Amino acid sequence: MKILLGVGGSEHSRRALEETVERVRDTGDELTVAVFRSEAVAAPPTDIEADVNEVLETHDVNAEVTRVSGHPGGELVTLADQGGYDRLVIGGGTRSPLGKIQLGSVAEFVVLNAETPVTLIR
Amino acid sequence: MSGDRSYPTEVSGPFPTPPHAFTDEDGRNIVVRVADDREALVSMYEAFDPEDRAQGIPPVGEGSIRRWLDRVFEEECLNVIAWHGEDAVGHSMLVPDDENAYELAIFVLGSHQSAGIGTELLQTLLGHGKQQGIERVWLTVERWNDPAIGLYEKVGFEIRNTESFELEMAIRIADS
Repeated sequence: MKILLGVGGSEHSRRALEETVERVRDTGDELTVAVFRSEAVAAPPTDIEADVNEVLETHDVNAEVTRVSGHPGGELVTLADQGGYDRLVIGGGTRSPLGKIQLGSVAEFVVLNAETPVTLIR
Repeated sequence: MSGDRSYPTEVSGPFPTPPHAFTDEDGRNIVVRVADDREALVSMYEAFDPEDRAQGIPPVGEGSIRRWLDRVFEEECLNVIAWHGEDAVGHSMLVPDDENAYELAIFVLGSHQSAGIGTELLQTLLGHGKQQGIERVWLTVERWNDPAIGLYEKVGFEIRNTESFELEMAIRIADS
């Protein structure tokens, strides 16, 4: 399976990264990690990319790491739909003060707009 | 949470304060009280219909229900329960956010829905909140949930944000 993982540097996307890389290590799927800039995250894309590479190395997993600019949701969807991917994976979903789950804007855009099946890790 | 949330300028109310007794539209005697018994809510939520859940709450299973109740019963949170005899049939809560406002949620057991209990429960919670010095309250609701949106509007909530999955609504219950 050919998997595209979107990573924006949030806590949720960090978890999505760990889970996906662990899974890819077991399945041997072909993984591409797309780093995007999220409004809610202060870390520059270079830091996020370094973190992604470190996680990949720790788990001894090979993956192409790419960067998307512009509208992150739109770019991820285009990349997944046109790049022949079987699955688009994204982290997302924060909790409100009283515990309601709320989707972030990138996750929401991807879920609504991707033709490629989406896995949301929250 | 979004720091740009705006609240109506008009103050809504007046609202009843707990304890608030009334007869529902099916002739049942209901009383809304400040919550002092969490156990009754555990049973209520264990009996809760999965289709009446909203955005992941109430959670499923006793352990998760208890953990969630611990959170909404923390200090500075306000909780009221609608009682039908010995049974808790509705629960509404206010939980503080980081911006001096409160998030609201309300749940009514399926067996006791569509009888006006939600309206009274909601109004009594807002009356209680005002008594405790709360000024601004907000909530999120699934945009397809017309009965709930209608209920919130009836009480004075206004729609604030229509851009995301959930609709955000806000009310002012006291002047700043």
